[in-house]
Parts: sequence; structure tokens; C-alpha cells
Amino acid sequence: MSRFTVSERVASVPPSGIRRFFELAEELDDVISLGVGEPDFSAPWRAREAAIDSLERGRTSYTANRGRRDLREEIADYVTRYDLAYDPDDEIVVTAGASEAIDLAFRALVDPGDTVAIAQPSYVSYVPSVQFAGGDPLPVPTRVEDDFALTPEILEASGAADAEMLVLCYPNNPTGATMNGGELEAVADFAREHDLTVLSDEIYSELTYEGEHTSIATLPGMRERTVVFNGFSKAYAMTGLRLGYALGPADAIGAMNRVHQYTMLSAPTTAQFAALTALRECEDDVVSMRSQYDRRRRFVLSRFEEMGIDCFEATGAFYVFPESPWDDAGEFAEALLDEQGVAMVPGSAFGAGGTGHLRASYATGLDDLREAMDRLEAFLH
Amino acid sequence: MDDRRDLLELLRENARYTTADLARLLGTDEDAVEAAIEELEAAGVVRGYQAVVDPDRLDDGTVRAFLECNVTLDRETSYDDIARRLAKFDEVRSLRLVSGDYDFALEVEADSLGALSRFVSEQVAPVPEVTQTVTHFIMDTYKDGGLQFDDGGDDDRLSVTP
Repeated sequence: MSRFTVSERVASVPPSGIRRFFELAEELDDVISLGVGEPDFSAPWRAREAAIDSLERGRTSYTANRGRRDLREEIADYVTRYDLAYDPDDEIVVTAGASEAIDLAFRALVDPGDTVAIAQPSYVSYVPSVQFAGGDPLPVPTRVEDDFALTPEILEASGAADAEMLVLCYPNNPTGATMNGGELEAVADFAREHDLTVLSDEIYSELTYEGEHTSIATLPGMRERTVVFNGFSKAYAMTGLRLGYALGPADAIGAMNRVHQYTMLSAPTTAQFAALTALRECEDDVVSMRSQYDRRRRFVLSRFEEMGIDCFEATGAFYVFPESPWDDAGEFAEALLDEQGVAMVPGSAFGAGGTGHLRASYATGLDDLREAMDRLEAFLH
Repeated sequence: MDDRRDLLELLRENARYTTADLARLLGTDEDAVEAAIEELEAAGVVRGYQAVVDPDRLDDGTVRAFLECNVTLDRETSYDDIARRLAKFDEVRSLRLVSGDYDFALEVEADSLGALSRFVSEQVAPVPEVTQTVTHFIMDTYKDGGLQFDDGGDDDRLSVTP
């Protein structure tokens, strides 16, 4: 018998809702998975070459805790496209994926017992990360009738006025929803009125198909209370290289860097070289990938419509979030997987507001998407 | 339909996309796609639809080569005249006038090494305007028609991720 006892904090966190579905999908052959939350493209070749070159030159040491200075400068320059201005010296930290940045923020900025309001459906890691940090997650369910946008009314109704922090993710995983400037202004008003700090996960910012991405940090009075996350996983298809970053006021980033320097020390050096080249030379690759995602988005939305499946008109990321044809989305997803080998993740895995929906990723080649839609149609008839 | 470029990109990617698929991908209707394709064909922009074949997988003994071809011109004979003559040979898969060290770049194929050699020596070289040919036999094909022929494209991502 093991002598270890798992800490109460860890033991109290249930397994991810996608875990069970992952295990089901892994058991079967000939599965077309629309459950994948990462690009099906490889990182741009020039970025990969930069990584190879850095290894050949023996650049295998730690970097500065906050990340290489040239990369931070490049990031500072890059985010000006979203009207964000951050000082590379003390307002940017480069992390092992945006996931690490999110974890750092909770650990550095949340005290035990602090309430963290999380707009849901959401990326599955926010709630556990808050719990690992000792905070109390507060689900704030968004609704399809509001286009999955967060509103002051929803915030008020869910009790977020008493929270210390609010977590946003737009463009959103899993709904594909984006929020425009006006919608964000209403949320910003609420945040200022109730003195909430905001963590804004903008990892999908490059994958905005209609209109332009707006960061809540650009709104009046929000920069000083917001930490923005972004990274290279989605736009540059560099998921496995694990490179992200956080932008925020020096006190917040400084606190996050304090945790970072004792845990990760610095983000992977090879990946930092790849990221530097990605920012400098790979804009065309991003444009090309975005264009292909956009086509697939239209294709999938169109097929759902033709099949009579109600589907929210996703405008960002690479997910659509159709309503389940059956009352129980979990049962539907399992039956579809079992009978047709098509994997879509039940929306309930992503928290409040997701029940009754399915997440379908279109980060999959068109031939597979077409086949998946044909199988879905066969399943429905 | 306004965006012919997007349509062409999709057709070049996969000419077998159905009109319905193209309409879904482009966010338009099928009539608009059909009209745009007809227009592109009528204007000679789209010249045909072919499969991209990996000759090594086909393994039918066909021999392929790139042929560099130099020519001389006179007052009576233009590049176009020579090109029209060379293009008529069934062995010629592609023919382009290029800049640089030689004039025409040809891709040629025949059933055997001997047949290909005879084609070059007995059909191309004797053309009066042809002054020199250099034959490069194709030993392996890694990419053609924009498609890579390696098997590295397997999707090894986890089937369900956050």
C-alpha cells in the first residue's frame, strides 16, 4: 500500500469531463475525431528551422526567467495590432504555453477563499487551476440566446459582483463565440464597478473570422486591472512547443514571474527561438491557416444547418457548438462515437451553459470533416 | 461570385470537391459556384482537371525525364512555332518556355528507358531549330501538384483534447 496520501486540494478536484470521452474514443478504431483542441497543421517550417538552428548552435541553456529579451520585444511589437502596449522589461513574461501563464496568474493573484468568476462554457483547466490555487471558482453560465457573450445581467445573476476576479476567454473554446467591443465595454463597466481583476485568455485572437479581435485590456480603466494571455499554440500551430505569454501591469507580471522563476525557471529555449521567427517571418502562414479554418467553419455550419441541427454561428477559434439532437448530449455523443466512429465532446464537459450542446472542432482536414458530416447524417436518419 | 481566387485555390487543392462543397466552403450558393467555374473554363483560366499521381506507387515501368532544350530562331520561325511542334508529341507532358541557360523545359515520359531515349534522339533532336538537348531522368518524386508524397502526414494528435 502506498504511503502517500493525496492532498485534499488535489483530491477534491474531479477528473476532467473530457477524460472519459477520451478513453472511449481511444478504444475504437476508425474514429474521425472532432474532439481535438489543437491545429491539424504543423508549425510553420521557418519556425521549425529556427528551432533546429538553435539546437545546432547549442543554444540549450536557460534564458532569462521572463524569456529572451528579443522575444519579449517582438511580443510587445506584435500585440500593438490589438492596440495593446506593454513594456518588455517588466510587463511581459514568457511561459511554457498559455496554460502555464494561466496557472501562474491564479497562484500569484488568488488568495485562499478568493472567488474567481469564470465565464462558461470554458476551457476545462480554469476551474481546477483556481482550485489548485485555493480559490473558489464561480461558474458564470453564458447562453446561446446571448450568442454565448457575457453580459452584466448574467454576471449579476451569478453573484460575480462579490468575486475578486473574472476569467474570460474570447474567442471562446468551446463555443467559438467572440465578443465585440460594445459587449466587452458592458463587462468592463461591471468589472470596474465591482472592482474585479480580469484574466483574459486571448489565445485564439488570431482566429477571428468576422470583425476584429478586441482585447478587454484596451478599454478605459481596464489595462491596470487585466492580465492578458496569449501564445503560439493556436495561431502558429505550435502546441507541442509549449510557448505562451502573459501581459499585464508590472506588479501582476512581477508576482507571476516570482512563481515562474521557482518552478519553470524559464520557458523552453528552443521554443523561444521558434517563436521569435514565427513572429518575425510567419505571418503568411497564420493568414493561410486562418483562411482554411474559415472555410471549414462555413462548411461545418452549413452541413449542420442542412441536417436541421441548430448551431450557434461561431465566429472565432476552431470550434462549433451545436445543440444536441437528443436531450442528453452525453448519450448522443457516445452513441455517435460507438455507431459511426465520430467523436464530438459533450458540452457539459466545459461547465455551466454547455449542457445540451456538443463541441465539434474543425481543426481537421476537409476530407475527414466531410466524412464525419456524412456519418453524422447517416446516424441521424 | 467575386472571389475567383478562392475558388481557384480550392479547385487546385481538390478538383473533386462537389459544387455543393465548394458553395459551403465559400459561403455562397451552388449556382454562383457553377457560374464562376463556367466563366473560368470559358476564359481558359481552368484548362482541365487531372489527378496527381505518384508514379512510384503506380510502378508501371513508365520512365520520366526533364528535358532542357535549346533552339535557334530565324525570321520565319518563332518560339511559338517550335513549341507547337514539340507539344504535339504524346511523350511531352509539359512544355514551357523559360529564361536562363536553355529555352524550353519539357517533362517527358515513355514506356521504357529505351523508348524515352529514342524519343529524344529521334524526335526532338532532329527538329531543325533544336541545337541542344540535356535529359535529366527523374529518379524519385517527392512533391507534385502542390502535394507532398511522403507518409509523414499521419495525424498523431490525441483524439480528444481540452
